Amino acid sequence: MKSTRRDFIRGGVSAFTVTFAAPAFLSDLARAQGANRRNLVILYLSGGNDALSTLIPYTDSFYYSRRPTIAVPAGSVLQVGTDGSGKALGLHPRLTGLKQIWDQGHLALIQRTGYNNSSRSHFLGTDIWGTANITNTTGSGWLGRYLDQLPSPIDPLAGWATVGTVPHALIGNFVTAPSIPSPSGYAFQSPNTGTEATYSRTAMTSIASHLPTDRPQVAFVAGTAQAAMGTLDKVNSVATYTGTTTYANNGLAQALKAVAGAMVRGIGTKVFWVQTGGFDTHAGQGVNQANGTYATNMATVGDSLLSFHNDLQNQGLLGDTCVLLFSEFGRRITENGSAGTDHGAGGVMMAMGGAVQGGLYGTAASLNPDPANPTLENNGGDVRFETDFRSVYARVIDNWLGANSATLLGGDFRKSSLSFI
Amino acid sequence: MNSPSTLTETVSSPTVDPMVDREGLALRRAAAVIAAAVPAACGGGVESPTSPSSSSTSTSTAVSAVARAPIEHLLRRAGFSGSPDEVTSFARMGYTAAVDALLNYDVVAAQAIDSSIRTPGYVGVIATREFTPNTTIGDARQRWLFRMVHSPAPLQEKMAMFWHNHFATGYNKVAGVVGASDGARLMDARPSQDPGGQLGQIELFRQKAVGSFTDLLTEVSKHPSMAIWLDGRLNTRTSPQENFGREIMELFTFGVANYVEADVYAAARVFTGWNYAITGDRTTTNYSYNFVFNSGVHETTAKTFSFPIYANGDKTIPARAATAGLQDGIDLINALATHPETAKRLARKLWTFFVSETREPSTAWVDSLAATYLSNGTQMRPVLRALFLSPEFTESQYQRYAWPVEFVVRSIKEIGYLGYSVNDSLTPLVNMGQTLYEPPDVSGWDLGTWWFSTGGMLARMNFAAALAGNQKFALRDAATASRTTPDLLITNFALARLTMKAPDTAVYDALKTYVNAGGTWTGSDTQLTNKAGGLIHLLAGSADYQFV
Repeated sequence: MKSTRRDFIRGGVSAFTVTFAAPAFLSDLARAQGANRRNLVILYLSGGNDALSTLIPYTDSFYYSRRPTIAVPAGSVLQVGTDGSGKALGLHPRLTGLKQIWDQGHLALIQRTGYNNSSRSHFLGTDIWGTANITNTTGSGWLGRYLDQLPSPIDPLAGWATVGTVPHALIGNFVTAPSIPSPSGYAFQSPNTGTEATYSRTAMTSIASHLPTDRPQVAFVAGTAQAAMGTLDKVNSVATYTGTTTYANNGLAQALKAVAGAMVRGIGTKVFWVQTGGFDTHAGQGVNQANGTYATNMATVGDSLLSFHNDLQNQGLLGDTCVLLFSEFGRRITENGSAGTDHGAGGVMMAMGGAVQGGLYGTAASLNPDPANPTLENNGGDVRFETDFRSVYARVIDNWLGANSATLLGGDFRKSSLSFI
Repeated sequence: MNSPSTLTETVSSPTVDPMVDREGLALRRAAAVIAAAVPAACGGGVESPTSPSSSSTSTSTAVSAVARAPIEHLLRRAGFSGSPDEVTSFARMGYTAAVDALLNYDVVAAQAIDSSIRTPGYVGVIATREFTPNTTIGDARQRWLFRMVHSPAPLQEKMAMFWHNHFATGYNKVAGVVGASDGARLMDARPSQDPGGQLGQIELFRQKAVGSFTDLLTEVSKHPSMAIWLDGRLNTRTSPQENFGREIMELFTFGVANYVEADVYAAARVFTGWNYAITGDRTTTNYSYNFVFNSGVHETTAKTFSFPIYANGDKTIPARAATAGLQDGIDLINALATHPETAKRLARKLWTFFVSETREPSTAWVDSLAATYLSNGTQMRPVLRALFLSPEFTESQYQRYAWPVEFVVRSIKEIGYLGYSVNDSLTPLVNMGQTLYEPPDVSGWDLGTWWFSTGGMLARMNFAAALAGNQKFALRDAATASRTTPDLLITNFALARLTMKAPDTAVYDALKTYVNAGGTWTGSDTQLTNKAGGLIHLLAGSADYQFV
C-alpha cells in the first residue's frame, strides 16, 4: 500500500466516524485492548543527533583527526565491545544510565541507519522518518497507520503523544493520537464552581459531540475537543502516578514518568511518543565539557531511560515495553569551525526493553575521508547508511506489535540480521 | 496586474509538488479533512443549517449587519478581530477604503500606543517591579499582546507575526549567547526606548511589515539575532557554517525543491564574514549589537549555483577582493528574493495565512499574486492589497484555523479586558502550543489542524473559562438587558458579543439546556452572573470559535 495524498484524504472520512463518533464503547474497548499489554515507546531526539558522539568509534584515527576539538578521548568512552566488523565502540561517557541497561542485555544499538539520498533538511527528514516514505511525505504516519488497523472502534488513547503537537508519525488515515504533554494539566475548568461547573462540563461535552459533516474542518476541531473531554478522567488517573524510581525534573524524564504511569494504570495505550530536543549542534557542541550541550543531552537521555527502565522492571512491565530511539539524521563527520557539526546522513537507532536482544547490530563506518570509502557518502563527508530505517521499523511492527510491516510500510523492508527483538 | 475577477477557480489540481514544505503540508492536512467530508455528507446525517440566531447583530451601532460582516472578516484576518467600535468605524469607510486604511497605517500613532500601557481603560500587564519589555522577555510578550489588542495599526502587528513565523527565531538560543537581557533586546527592543538604540528583530518586522521583501530579507540576514540563531557569526573561510546558507533557501525564500546540496555549500561560503559587533559603552546600558562584515574571514573565490544569480542568467558570483566580499551576500539575497519560485512560495504562504486553510489556491491566484510581487519590486503592500480585494478572500470566512495568539487576542477583544492582564494568558498560550519569541524551530509553528491536539484544545477551552470567569460581572452587566428568557440571553447577549458563525441547532440546544440547568430560569442576578460567563465560556471554547 503506497500511501498517497488521495488515500490520506479519503481515509480522513473515517477519522470522525470511527474515532470520535463512538465514545460510548471506549471503556469496554480499553479493557479489551488492555489484555495485550505490549506497547511501543518512541524516543525521538530532535535536531539530528550526532551519532558519532553517541556511539564512538574510539579506535578510528580519523575520528580524532577529523574532530580535533570535539572528539571524546578513547579513555573516557564506556566500552561496549566490538561490532561484526571488529570495530571497537564505546558509549558517550555521560551515558552511564544507558550503560547499566546495556549491561543487563536490554539495549540494542543499531549502527548506520538511514536511507538512500538522505535529506539534510530537518523538516523533510522528520517527515520521511514520520511517514516511512522517502519519496512522498504528504501522507499518513507509519504509527498512525498501525493504529488505523487496530480492531475498531479504536480507543482515543491508543496513541499518546507527550508533546504539544501530534507528530506526523502518529497521524493515521483514520486515527490521530491525542497530545497530552502533562497529565496533571489535563483537566477541565469552568468560570463557575460546584454544580454550575458540572453543568459547564456536561454542556461542553454535548457541544463537542456535535460534528457537523457539512463543515469537516469544524468537525475535526470538535472531534478533538470531544476526544479531550472523553479522555479527561483516564488521563487524570495517570497524573497521580509517582513511580518506584526517581525521575529527574526535566521534560524527558517527566514524560517517561507519565508513560510509565499510563502503563501501570492500564490505560491501554499501544504507542507513546516521547521526544527531547537540543541535538541541532552546529556550534559549541559541548561533547566533553561537564555542562556542554551535548554532554548534558546524553546525561538526560541515559539517566531518564534508566529511571524508566528500572521503574518498569520494579512494576513487572519491562517485558511488555519496547523503546525505539532515533533522530532525523546523523551529523557531518568533520567538525566545523565552531566546534560543532553540520547536517549529515547515517545515524544510530536504539531499542530498549525486557524482550530486546541486547548487542551491537550493523557495522561502524570507516571514517577515512577517501571519496572511494564505501561506508561514507558525500565525498567522504558523511556516514552512509547500511540499514534502512524502515527495516528497523519492520522488525518492530512484525515481531513486537504483531502487525504486517509490508502493509504498513508499503513494501518489504525485512532484514533478518536485525534480530534485536 | 491580472484582474482579480479572472481568478474564479478555487481548487487547484491535486498534482502537488511532492517536495512539500511545512506550510504546504499543514494546508494539505487541513484540506484533506475537508475533502474527506464530501462522501460522508452524501451518506446522510447532515445537520440542517438552521440558524436560531439570525438576529445576532451587534446592537451597539447603526451600521447594518450586512455592512459589518465583511469588515469583521477583514479585521479577524488583517488584525486580531475588531471591537464593536472598530468594526463600526471601518464599516463606515466602505470595504476598499477600509483595506487601504489598514494597509496605509500611521506609524507614529502605532508607536504611541505604548504610552497607554498600564493606564486605565486598557488590558492590563503585570510586572513584579518595573515593566521592562525591552529587556525582559516575559514583559516583551505582554507588550506584544497588548499591542495586538490595542494597536491602531493591527495589520502591522499581524504582519510582524507572519514574519516571526517566516523567519522563526527563538529567544532561548539568542539569550544563551548574549544573556537574558540582551536576548530580549535583540528579539524586540524598540530603538527609541532603548538606551543603546537597539533594534529588535520583531521591531524590524514591524518597520518592514508591508515594505520590500528584499529589504526585509537583507536586514534580517544582517540582524545579530539571525547571526546567532543560525550560527552565521561562526561562518568563516576556513570552516564554513552551513546553517544559515541552507535555511535562507529552504525556508526564507524559494523552498526545498529549488536548490541542490552544492548550493548550500556555496551559500555558506557567500556569507562568510557576516557577523555582528557590540558598539558603545558596555559598562553602561548604552551599547548595541550591530552588523559587521569581517572581510578577513571571507571566502573570496567564485561561487557557482544551480540557479541564476544575475539578470543575465549568470549562475556564478565572481571572485572578489575580501574587502568587497559583502556584495556576495547581497547578490545572493537579491537573486533569492526576486526568484519566481520565491514569489510563488510567498503567495502560497500568504494564502494560508490570510485566506484559507480549507482549500488550496488556484494556480491563477498564486501566479497573479506572484506577478504583483515581482512587478512591484517585491513590495508587500500591493500584494496584500490585491489579496484583500480578491474575491477568494471575501469568500473565505471561517476557513482559517485560529493560531493560539489569534484566539487569545480575539477572545480578549470580544469578551472583555478591563481588570484582566495579558500576563494571565502566557501560560495558557504555552499549553495551546504557541509561545511568542519561541517558535519550535526555524520552520516556525505547525499550522492549521496541527494546532488542534486534545491538550491544545483543552487549553483553549480552559483559557475561555478563565477569561469568562475574570469578566463574569462585566458580562452579567452586559447581559442585563437580555435577561428575560434563555433564548434572549443566548441570542441577544452571548452570540451578539462574539463575532462568530451562528451555531448549528444542536449546539444552540446544548446552550439552552445549559442555561436551564439548575432550576427554572427567572433571570435573577445569581443566574445571570453564572450563566452569562458560562455561555461565553462554552461559545469561545466551541469548535466554531476556533476559526477566523
